[in-house]
Amino acid sequence: MGPDYQGRMIGDITASSPASIPAYAVEGHGLVKTFGSFRAVDGIDIAVPAGSIYGVLGPNGAGKTTLLRTLLGIIDPDEGHRTLLGEDQPLRMAPQVGYLPEERGLYPSMKAYEAIAFMGALRGLPLAEGRKRAKAMLDAHGMGAAIDKPIRHLSKGMAQTVQLFGTIVHGPRLIVLDEPFSGLDAINQEKLEALIRSQARDGVTILFSTHVIAHAERLCERIAIVAGGRIRFEGTPGDARDRLRSQVRLRTRASDGAWRHALPADTMAQEGTWHFALPDEGIEPLLRALIDGQAGIESLSIERPGLHDAFVAIAGEAAARQMQGDVTQEAQP
Amino acid sequence: MMQLWRAAFVIARRDFTAVVFSRTFILFLLGPLLPILIGFAFGGLGDKISSTDLRPIVGVAMSAADTSALKRAHDRLAQRMGDQTLPRLRAVPSAPAPRIQLARPDSAVVAILSGTLLKPVLTGKAEDLDKLQGDISLLSTAALAERTLTFVTVDRQEVTTSLGAQAQARLLIGRVAQVVMFFLTILLAGMILSNLVEEKTNKIIEILAAAVPIDAIFLGKLMAMLAMSFVGIAFWGGTAFAVFLALYGGGGVLPAPAVGWPLFLMLAVLYFAMAYTLLGSLFLGIGAQAATVREVQTLNMPITMAQMLIFFFASYAVDHMGSPAEIAACIFPFSSPFAMIARAAQDGAVWPHLLALVWQASFVALIIRVGVLLFRRHVMQSGGSWWKRLFRPATG
Repeated sequence: MGPDYQGRMIGDITASSPASIPAYAVEGHGLVKTFGSFRAVDGIDIAVPAGSIYGVLGPNGAGKTTLLRTLLGIIDPDEGHRTLLGEDQPLRMAPQVGYLPEERGLYPSMKAYEAIAFMGALRGLPLAEGRKRAKAMLDAHGMGAAIDKPIRHLSKGMAQTVQLFGTIVHGPRLIVLDEPFSGLDAINQEKLEALIRSQARDGVTILFSTHVIAHAERLCERIAIVAGGRIRFEGTPGDARDRLRSQVRLRTRASDGAWRHALPADTMAQEGTWHFALPDEGIEPLLRALIDGQAGIESLSIERPGLHDAFVAIAGEAAARQMQGDVTQEAQP
Repeated sequence: MMQLWRAAFVIARRDFTAVVFSRTFILFLLGPLLPILIGFAFGGLGDKISSTDLRPIVGVAMSAADTSALKRAHDRLAQRMGDQTLPRLRAVPSAPAPRIQLARPDSAVVAILSGTLLKPVLTGKAEDLDKLQGDISLLSTAALAERTLTFVTVDRQEVTTSLGAQAQARLLIGRVAQVVMFFLTILLAGMILSNLVEEKTNKIIEILAAAVPIDAIFLGKLMAMLAMSFVGIAFWGGTAFAVFLALYGGGGVLPAPAVGWPLFLMLAVLYFAMAYTLLGSLFLGIGAQAATVREVQTLNMPITMAQMLIFFFASYAVDHMGSPAEIAACIFPFSSPFAMIARAAQDGAVWPHLLALVWQASFVALIIRVGVLLFRRHVMQSGGSWWKRLFRPATG
């Protein structure tokens, strides 16, 4: 499945898509969803720009799946409202939406191409057309031999690919993928990333959840970091990274001297290397102090934090805050 | 609404083809024919058992002359009344006393007749005496009047129609239609109980629920199972008709129901569809709440018992046309199809059937809706008070 093939294929399918495109493909305001006393989604506001690749990031149990299910109309929120492609009754837009749930599911006795066509038919694609497209997709993906095979005879990866094709066979304007990379090997993850990019190039909005940050870092234009049922950060991956200061690693020949007073207060020494956050005033004043104090600079590197660092910091901070809140609540009479 | 029906059709087509094109469907079709074949094979033996062994045997401990007279009287009466109507007689010794003979472990008679023909004494359990007393009195009287008893000849005056006989035949048609419909419903609708378990265990429900209204899933499943039932009924009905033709060569004439055969058959199909979808939608709603096949199996027994109750209610109503019980059976949605098909056999009015079909269909819709909302609430864990959403559009 190369980007060229997908671009051509999906381009054909989406030719019939309606022209009216809202600014935000998905919107949710004040969404709350509780299960018993557990608030899985706790007052979330979200807006996914049309045509973007948007990632919902969060640790396990953060509320990502519940949020996606609420936005898609699979479950109704207890509070708040949502729109999907401008429609406040999400199921009405089902023919223009593709959804790959976290828990994969297919009828084991169905043939691969029938399963894809069936999923398309559920969203309004005529069965005959769905079968034709399914066969073409499987063929182009090197799965021609599996076209007529029942799902139960396919490997897990192949079955997941079949389900993914079923998600896009009808040419949706919005694709929602819940943990799409889980269970895929590295090659198939690469292919999926290529597919997501090619869909986005065709103007399809992609909303996906993941707890593997590398995928989001490579793909997403915007992200939302969810923890404890709330959005803790929303913006571009660059914005998230910018929330953390760059880290400086410094190695000196001298182990002590007057220059040490120039190092920031939070500096830590580890195996002969000084670690500290880049000072607000920049590196130049420090460099001058090190040279004047004859520290003997062996190496100095400034590392910009990755999205992973930002995610761990934001989600970790949220978890700590939540834990503190729980303790405070328990301590109250 | 179009979206709902289109989606329901997609689900129905998937379910129908998955069932009908499976190997197990052949077993499903052949299953009900096995008892019939076994019945044919052992039918002769069964007939023999029922015609001989089930009649009570009365021991006769009288003089030889009286015993002979009794037996002759028995034979003469049996010629006219039929062999099955009278108890069998068997000579037993006059001593010891009947009471002692009946207490023996090897006693093969129900009661013992002693004394004389003029003053017969019947010894046995009270409930047996209640049943036999009249027959023995008739036999003794016939034996006493042996020489003087002459049978009067009855002149025959034949008519082409008899309203009384017609009423009897229609009552029978109503009963048969009820029984057939009930057994088809109980055999076929029960399968719906486990219908959503596959989707839940395979996690397909998530894909379906994201793409189509859950009402469409329920409706599609009902449509598929109903269509599958019709395939089965067509097969079994065709086989039964072929057997009927083979046995009677098309010469047998069935009495017509009150609304006539074409309309009656059409109503039978419609009422079966209604009985099936009424119970099916209820089963689907209940079965959808179950998480495992084991839970579904546990639910089977109370549901079957409830079905039996409904059937007894409807079959009681057949004999009481126009009574409050019959009207209640026609109104109560679950017994309505059974009561109404019996009504079609006995009453020629057509409009009540149109009304009943609309009434039953509206209940099917209501039960599906409630089942869907409970499913959304308890299984999908979605939504607030389900009754507030009862009359909202399915896509809303």
